[in-house]
Order: sequence, then structure tokens, then C-alpha cells
Amino acid sequence: MQADHGHHHDHSHEQSTLSEMDLRVRALETLLTQKGYLDPAAVDRIIETYEVHVGPHNGAKVVARAWVDPAFRDWLLQDATAAIASMDYTGRQGEHMVAVPNTPETHHMVVCTLCSCYPWPVLGLPPVWYKSAAYRSRAVIEPRAVLADFGLSLPAEKQIRVWDSTAEVRYLVLPERPTGTEGWS
Amino acid sequence: MNGVHDMGGLQGYGPVMIEANEPLFHGEWERRALGITVAMGASGLWNIDLARSARESLPPLDYVQGPYYAIWIQALQKLLLERGLITPQELAQGQALTPPVAGVRVLKAAEVDAALAKGSPADRPSTCAPRFAVGQRVRALNLNPQGHTRLPRYVRGHVGTVVLHHGSHVLPDQHVKQMLPPFDGTAEHLYTVVFEGAELWGPQAEAGSQVCVDAWESYLEAVPSP
Repeated sequence: MQADHGHHHDHSHEQSTLSEMDLRVRALETLLTQKGYLDPAAVDRIIETYEVHVGPHNGAKVVARAWVDPAFRDWLLQDATAAIASMDYTGRQGEHMVAVPNTPETHHMVVCTLCSCYPWPVLGLPPVWYKSAAYRSRAVIEPRAVLADFGLSLPAEKQIRVWDSTAEVRYLVLPERPTGTEGWS
Repeated sequence: MNGVHDMGGLQGYGPVMIEANEPLFHGEWERRALGITVAMGASGLWNIDLARSARESLPPLDYVQGPYYAIWIQALQKLLLERGLITPQELAQGQALTPPVAGVRVLKAAEVDAALAKGSPADRPSTCAPRFAVGQRVRALNLNPQGHTRLPRYVRGHVGTVVLHHGSHVLPDQHVKQMLPPFDGTAEHLYTVVFEGAELWGPQAEAGSQVCVDAWESYLEAVPSP
């Protein structure tokens, strides 16, 4: 895992940028509220939704169900939008879902090279690394090396398929069920 | 547009930096930035494609530097100013100085859950038969529009195979042509096309790698089977 910086930060510049952003966002929210375009309570509810209710815990439940319920797994692979919607995980940035299953032959990865498209209803807001230039640029040209940055080393004969989310279709990788979990609920 | 946002295949950005136990937001301003942007998106005065177009057409250095939510805020300001919802003076002062523009839909707190759950489906009834079929070989056209498109540069001119057909979806290139509603909701058949790594990247490609992109019909042409 790449946890340390390989280059110097101008920390004073970074701090002043962040306090500038703090002022800027406060000023913008004040302005929009005064104009009557924005209801701050709506803003609060949006934030709360993605801090508390919508996150990767939703996707984990989808994956776990696919692991224990073969009929659900088939449905998920056939019509992920409907299968996921049946668990009430629908909505913004998840209107059109496709589940892609990892197999012994193929490992799947998802990226949005053009911006940061991510399946919010099942995975929540994307992490910083997913939105970074390093991931967006490298995932499509050297996916194996990118997986190594995550500490994952795949066998040489394994295929890697990278899905670039250029439209409103959102991809959910269905990992292989871990060995030794037979009989788990 | 051939902007710096079109990052697939670029080199020199270094390793992927992963933060252990990464918080959802790195500051109060990021929380508010998310909330404000999503709430204002419900105004109906732009669509998601216009929002993406506004972000990717920010000054290149600003876009690359970020941070991420700063791009959202900068683009939101641009969308608001373009439509006269705010004035530059008001933005500078953080105070309303002029009456609001009429006809702006305001998202209320009680409406948020339903709005987020509904989302904005991009699929539309198809008005014509699809030109391509799953399994067919297609070439991504070498299109270089100045305006918004979702055909990344790294696939243009390359041959791949259709793996999925998604029905018809709103075409972003057209959806941004009108600054205000009613927007051009032209829809085209949407396909997922898989490209072999070697086709895209030549001898530098990693063995056994493939890349899929979702491409609208006008991004593609048929290729005779070998």
C-alpha cells in the first residue's frame, strides 16, 4: 500500500487553499440561501443520506446475498438493476446497474477515466483514490500494476477486464466467495 | 472536448495513494459542497451532462490541481453565473444584491429522499432498430468534438467487440447543446464495447488486459469480420 507521499507538499499552500475553500463554500451557501434557491435543511438531508444511510454496507449486503442465494445471484447477473432495486438500493447514480462477476479466469475492475462516476446507491460516495488522476489514468493502461498498489498480486494467467463508466450504466464487481465460508449465512 | 479530464492512458501521475480509514469528507467545506451541488442540481436549470461539461471545461490547471470538491464548486459557480442566477458581485461578496431569478425549482428537505431514490434514468424508448449486435466487431470513430462527449481519446480509431446492448440512452453530446430547458433529449442505442489491451496500447499493454467502454451508436462504425 502506498501510504506515504513520494513528493513534497507545500503544506502552507495547501492549508491556505483549504481555508479559502471553506470561506468560498460558506459564502456560496449563504448567497444561494438568501436568493431562496437553496433550502439548507435539504442540504443537511443530502449530506446525512450519504454519511449514514447510503454506503458500501449496502453493496456488501448485495454481494453477500449473491454468495448464499444462487437464484439471487442469477438474477443479479441477468438484471442487476431489478435485483438491487428489490433490496431498495436504487436512485441517483445507480439507475442502470450491471454486475460483473470475478471468476478464476477473470478479475474485473471499474473506473471512470473521464470524471468519477461511481454506483452511489450500493457503494456510497467514491473514495479519493478512485477520483484521483493516478487511478483514472492508470487503471485502463496498467490495471495489474494498479492492483499491486492495493497489495493485490494476481496470477499471470488471469485476465483483467476494466470497465470504464462512460455512460450512466454503473458497474458492481461481484467478488468470488471466499473459500471456507460454506454454510455461512 | 480533448481536455485534461480525459485521463485514460496518461502517465506520470504516480502511484495510487490510498488513505487508511479514509473519511468520507476531508473538511466541513467538502460536506457542504456535496450537499449544495446535489441540491442545486435539482433546480432543473441544467442537467448532469451540462454539469460534467462545466467541470471538464474549467481551466486545465485548476482541474488537475483540484482538490476534487473544489472542481464541483468552481463548476457550480460557472453554471449559476452563466444562467444569471447570481452575479459576479454577489459571488464575491457572498451576499444577495439582486432579486432571485424566477422559475428555479427549490428542493425541500422533505423531498430529498424521494428525489435521491428516483435519480435521473437515462434510458428512453428506442425509436429505431439497433445497428449493432452483441458479438459484432465495431470501430470507435476518430471524433474530436470541441464540446462535451463521452468517447475517451484512448479508444478512438480502435476496433473492439460489442459485449452488451443497453437499449437507448440520452446522448450527452446532444444533451448539452441547449443551455436551458427544454434540453435536447436525443437518445441513441448504447453499447458496451470491449477492446483488447494490445489493440489500445500496443507492445506496452499488460498481457491479458481488456478495457470496456460504453459507447453510443454514433460513436461507432461496423467492421467487417475477419
